[in-house]
Amino acid sequence: MPTVSVKRDLLFQALGRTFTDEEFDELCFEFGLELDEITSEKDIISREQGDQKASEASDVVLYKIDVPANRYDLLCLEGLVRGLQVFKDKMEAPRYSRVNPLNGDPQRLIITGETASVRPHAVAAVLRNITFTPERYDSFIELQEKLHQNICRRRTLVAIGTHDLDTISGPFTYTAKAPDDIRFKPLNQNQEYSATQLMGFYKTDSHLRHYLHIIEDEPLYPVIYDSNGIVLSMPPIINGDHSKISVNTKNVFIECTATDLTKAKIVLDMIVTMFSEHCDQPFTQTDQVLKLTLYLCVRSLSLSLSLSLSLSLSLSLSLSLSLSETAESIAQLLTRMCLKSEVTSDGAEIQVEIPPTRSDVIHACDIMEDAAMAYGFNNITRTTPRTYTVANQFPLNKLTELLRLDLATAGFTEALTFALCSQEDIADKLQKNLKDTKAVHISNPKTAEFQVARTTLLPGLLKTLAANRKMPLPLKLFEISDVVLRDESTDVGARNSRRLCAVYYNKTPGFEVIHGLLDRVMQLLEVKPGRNHGYYIQAAEDSTYFPGRCAEIFSHGKSIGRLGVLHPDVINSFELTMPCSALDIDIEPFL
Amino acid sequence: MRYTKLEVGFLNMADTGILESLLRLVDKVDGGIDSQVVASSLGVDHQVVVGAVKSVQALGEVIEAEQRSSKHWELTGEGQEIAEQGSHEARVFKAIPEEGLSQSQLMKLPSGKVGFSKAMSNKWIHLDKGHEGGPRVFRMVESIEDVVRKKLQQVQMGHSSQLEEKEKNELKKRKLLTEVTVKSYWITKGSNFSTIITKQETELTPEMIASGSWKEKKFKPYNFDAMGVAPDSGHLHPLMKVRTQFRQIFLEMGFTEMPTNNFIESSFWNFDSLFQPQQHPARDQHDTFFLSDPAVAHDFPQDYLERVKKVHSEGGYGSQGYKYDWKIEEAQKNILRTHTTAVSARMLYKLAQQEEFTPVKYFSIDRVFRNETLDATHLAEFHQIEGVVADYGLTLGDLMGVLHQFFTKLGITKLRFKPAYNPYTEPSMEVFSYHKGLNKWVEVGNSGVFRPEMLLPMGLPEGVSVIAWGLSLERPTMIKYGINNIRELVGHKVNLQMVYDSPVCRLDS
Repeated sequence: MPTVSVKRDLLFQALGRTFTDEEFDELCFEFGLELDEITSEKDIISREQGDQKASEASDVVLYKIDVPANRYDLLCLEGLVRGLQVFKDKMEAPRYSRVNPLNGDPQRLIITGETASVRPHAVAAVLRNITFTPERYDSFIELQEKLHQNICRRRTLVAIGTHDLDTISGPFTYTAKAPDDIRFKPLNQNQEYSATQLMGFYKTDSHLRHYLHIIEDEPLYPVIYDSNGIVLSMPPIINGDHSKISVNTKNVFIECTATDLTKAKIVLDMIVTMFSEHCDQPFTQTDQVLKLTLYLCVRSLSLSLSLSLSLSLSLSLSLSLSLSETAESIAQLLTRMCLKSEVTSDGAEIQVEIPPTRSDVIHACDIMEDAAMAYGFNNITRTTPRTYTVANQFPLNKLTELLRLDLATAGFTEALTFALCSQEDIADKLQKNLKDTKAVHISNPKTAEFQVARTTLLPGLLKTLAANRKMPLPLKLFEISDVVLRDESTDVGARNSRRLCAVYYNKTPGFEVIHGLLDRVMQLLEVKPGRNHGYYIQAAEDSTYFPGRCAEIFSHGKSIGRLGVLHPDVINSFELTMPCSALDIDIEPFL
Repeated sequence: MRYTKLEVGFLNMADTGILESLLRLVDKVDGGIDSQVVASSLGVDHQVVVGAVKSVQALGEVIEAEQRSSKHWELTGEGQEIAEQGSHEARVFKAIPEEGLSQSQLMKLPSGKVGFSKAMSNKWIHLDKGHEGGPRVFRMVESIEDVVRKKLQQVQMGHSSQLEEKEKNELKKRKLLTEVTVKSYWITKGSNFSTIITKQETELTPEMIASGSWKEKKFKPYNFDAMGVAPDSGHLHPLMKVRTQFRQIFLEMGFTEMPTNNFIESSFWNFDSLFQPQQHPARDQHDTFFLSDPAVAHDFPQDYLERVKKVHSEGGYGSQGYKYDWKIEEAQKNILRTHTTAVSARMLYKLAQQEEFTPVKYFSIDRVFRNETLDATHLAEFHQIEGVVADYGLTLGDLMGVLHQFFTKLGITKLRFKPAYNPYTEPSMEVFSYHKGLNKWVEVGNSGVFRPEMLLPMGLPEGVSVIAWGLSLERPTMIKYGINNIRELVGHKVNLQMVYDSPVCRLDS
């Protein structure tokens, strides 16, 4: 969930009133936001770098607000205020429109075929006659960063570049070139570099080095030129210094290059709708938005602006939301969520206009949720569904529950160990070969503890013993849980297997104790001792166990597991010091 | 202390003769007697008297004994030797004959070294360094008085009070005297004082029952403040006890348990079938464990897969979809499931394949895995509790109603709901309950109505709604048992004593 931090006083000023922290928290809750933290720059710096560094920092109160991951329109002060004001009926939802410049043709961005291999899409727009203040400028930069980190997936899907239009001249060309053929002075640098040099230069940049991998190994790098050959940007890495914007910039050229066209349009729409409020004619000054691919020309706002969903009122809304509201009041509720709505003349439908700010609305159910939010989730009457069903337990879990209880009754204590472990735990430490374990392997473990899924419960129990060596002896532990084994016959190539494992740890090995437990388990499962239709144990060789002290367990002629005294090397490798005997069986055959 | 065991021991050890002698002494004196005095007048070790005092006390109010401590001086081993044989300097003096003794010979004597320097400083002897045949020692006085020995003898006889503090401290410095603290009892008559001991029985025996002799015996009172002996028993793990209760609650509410015994899941069932787009951050390497072996899944229901692909990339069922290039390669990737909702998806798909739809209520409680940064409350694996209801015409109000019933069974009655975002539910609601201890609303679960983009491609009839909610098993357990670090609860670092000591689990009390 992205967090937006806004200055409290600026926020209250824009909302036209002040709130206590509790009042504002309550407002957030209703609107699906969360007031996560109340802090200041000073607090943040002093927490991260110590009081000394913080002494100069500002102590203006900051609100950190958690915003739902799909509400990109709430990622800046402008959007938050607009959303809340409309929600509280303090202003009407703006309608956004695209206009042509008063004089001259719309700007054009020409996309060449070379981009297809590296970053095939680009959309652009112009904000004219904008007035920045230091706060607005910061918010503008911050919004781009928030979008980059969230919907743009750290610039992989979309990268944003903003430029002072008065320093460059269209039409602009988005193309891709060999890295050595791109030369320009990057943002905030004093000299020109080739793209190859730049990639080396930014290797150590704490911020930009995270984006280099996106194009690093490509033969061609994306680049945008103006009509005079000035480099605007080399997306998704860095802008040119020439066209950089400042607090004094009046006309902003915004380009979004992308591997995902849908998201590029959303991102562009967000920036222009959020900041057109600071243009001469608020919300209408969004300039030309032109996109030229090799094949066709599409206006990026047209889709979202013209999108309207109609929904059948009588059924969906009243049933799904338990609202007994009239069509008109539902239309009013939706309008408070920036979804301008009207009841059609026949009264059967509501026409809903989805503004470009609400890219999260993709289905009628999204609209219904907004109606419910505007109505207030907590004002909806709670009802009980009449669904009649008979409960069933999953048979394997039912057996597990029953056995657990009886194992505890038999004097053993239940352990609860991790399903993930290291390769060493299931192989080397048990003196087994990893290849023979049928283990599934994890490709991206952060530490060795998560290399494989366990193939036996034994290592977990032995580690539990090791962590509790100070407890009085004997220690008697058990666990009934799943291990994971490779199995070609399933769709995913692996399956769980429910195991029962127990250990006895004392000054004497206690084989007879663990053997007695097996006898008890078999008694519980109604299996009698015997060769043919019962269970028996038979001497077996197993490197985990002490030679001559291991037996294989057969039930109805099938091997179900082993028991025995553990090998001293196994005991040592789990940092244990006493003799230990173990029982390890599969319980699925007893279903 | 367990009931009367310790006292029983004293009673058996101390012979009744001592007890009665003690009682007779107490009887004779007015106002009480010190146990030290008792020891010296009976001529026994003080510890024996202490034992006797405890034994008599155990018999009831026969005597009262108040513990006291006093300090007194005692000779050290060396001090005792001096009291018997004289001080080192005196012994040196005595060893020197009229004609003197060579210094080297004198030094060989046992008291030579210490005694020589002390006798020199007392001016009892002198050293002739220039004597022919080597340095020689001569007496300087005719006779001496061995004061050190005298003082030590005085202490030995119990007259240490006759010495001045300064003298005692000097002897202490020479390690001849030491000050000891002695604990003793001031013994007085109790309310049931008697000089005759009736031995009390400690426990009933089969013989007493057979012979009826218990009728004449006096039984020693139990100490009911003591703890009992812990029974030898096994114990269930607290997290599993809470799991049992949650299962019970779902079963009471008519929910059927889903088969969640498949930790390995394909991205298809874990994400794609839930309408979670392929670029979603949860599908990142940073959040999800992917498998290298077996790396990919096969055998998807082909026509369903096509419908899922279409709803993601082009939309349908009234949805615009996400409009991106959906790739089978992403869907095939095997992972450790990140939620049990993957199983719910499989179950709902199976339900949709039935000839005729029947309403269902499902639940599961099982492990899920996240490749997250670990801390005191987060592990890479945890248990997810999930409830699902599928029926025609279920509403948001129904979801709230079911949640209310469910949480009431957990003892949580005050709920409120916050709008939230989740890729596969719409509406989505976070469930908050009022926490009296923290004095604020805390999140206790997540819930929502499954999106049509998830349900309709499965083949569920239009008009069927599916409501669902989830929470973790660990969090309520940590709150229930007051555990702050999750590692003390889950995994091999568990504190077994905590497992041994954990109470039964009643979630609603």
